Amino acid sequence: VHSNSSVIRFVFTLTAIVAVLLAYLSTGLKDIHQRNESVYNKRAILSAVSNDLPKSLKDMTDDDVQNIFDTRITQKVFNMSGEMLTDEQVEAAGYKGGKAENVDLGRERRKPESERMIPMFVFQREDGSNYYIVTVRGNGLWDEIWGNVALDSDFNTIAGVAFDHKAETPGLGAEIKDNKNFPASFIGKKLFNEQGDFVSVGVVKGGARNLTHDVDGISGATITADGVQEMMYRGIKYYKPVFENLKNN
Amino acid sequence: MAETKELVVKQKEPLIRFGKEEKKLLYDPIDSNNPITVQVLGICSALAVTTLVDKAVVMAIAVIFVITFSNLTVSLMRQYIPKQVRMIVQLVVIATLVTVVELVLKAVNYPIYKELSVFIGLIITNCIIMGRLEAFASGNPPYRSILDGLGNGVGYGVILIMIAVIREFFGKGTLYNYPILGAGSEYLINTADSALLGWYANNNLMVLFPSAMFVIGVIIWAHRAWNKTLVDIS
Repeated sequence: VHSNSSVIRFVFTLTAIVAVLLAYLSTGLKDIHQRNESVYNKRAILSAVSNDLPKSLKDMTDDDVQNIFDTRITQKVFNMSGEMLTDEQVEAAGYKGGKAENVDLGRERRKPESERMIPMFVFQREDGSNYYIVTVRGNGLWDEIWGNVALDSDFNTIAGVAFDHKAETPGLGAEIKDNKNFPASFIGKKLFNEQGDFVSVGVVKGGARNLTHDVDGISGATITADGVQEMMYRGIKYYKPVFENLKNN
Repeated sequence: MAETKELVVKQKEPLIRFGKEEKKLLYDPIDSNNPITVQVLGICSALAVTTLVDKAVVMAIAVIFVITFSNLTVSLMRQYIPKQVRMIVQLVVIATLVTVVELVLKAVNYPIYKELSVFIGLIITNCIIMGRLEAFASGNPPYRSILDGLGNGVGYGVILIMIAVIREFFGKGTLYNYPILGAGSEYLINTADSALLGWYANNNLMVLFPSAMFVIGVIIWAHRAWNKTLVDIS
């Protein structure tokens, strides 16, 4: 039988050893973790324009992704009234280097709407024209969902989308990411109606009727699909002033 | 005389020996004492990470690593661990190793780390590991504890990968993310073109969690049909 003091000694020693070991490992791998995370996010952004890339994202190495991002993407950050922010202003909000890729929409969502920052990625296509990639974030059934939406230079036609989620059910809600047909069905849809009002894209249970603005929902995943619709509407609406400013210039 | 005596003793108990008992330690948990199909432990992760084979393989490797090294660590410390706090100490050992796995996986394969998300962390609560520490490693020497850990880890991993192969193939028509059977030109066998297989469609039920239960049930049945010693005669 161990005395109380020897138990306490044992536990303290063990905890100290474990703490030192884990702290050492964690700091040692920190750089690699950060690089992996940044490439992962860049892949997610590029997957919205996957049809315009020289080869499929799956076959690209991390260096390829980094290279395309450096040469063909311009990063911009705007405030809610559509003004472009300088790197210093963005960095002051706590985002490293003031870059759009580091802007955390999950964190921005907790701010009051008027104070948020919204990132935009301008992708230069082979023929010299641009795709404008905007980032949206909302709620699925279990947790957050998010996506990147590439728009044509008319700021109306969708050129590609890519969704991701934190904890949707595999086979149901997770189909927004796993089933390639779902994001593909958004291509060519219009955000504005003929009167020029913002209507976004509807995700319709039972099948889309209005083929200019709606896509088919996913069976068994109504709440996730509603979440996607809501996220697309609210998320892209934030960019309306940005679109107007960019169009006027 | 004295020399030969020493030699006999040495031959009798070398440090590392792989005899009948050690074989039993290693192979029993893979077959007749399998943690999933016989003891029915660790079902939670068997449901959650078996939609794709690559996820199941990573999970199996992670569990084999954690269970082997936690068995070894606890076995090395077994004489020093105060009985009053032994469960907590076991948990600390498991949690440390799981965190190591998490940090390393995050550095080696970030997309898989993202896919497995909370389930790597949940290895801590996998009752197979805690069970082996309490039932075996805290009362046995290190070498045998390693064998026991390896056996249980592999026994768990093999079943996990079997379930994942069935679920991924019938649910998505792919194996290890390589498209094999389904409608579309990217598949090896394109059912849309084939006159013989035109009726075939991938079964989305296999991707959902309940199917893992059905598949485990069928595997348990098959295991018992194959290994008669497991059948309850009473």
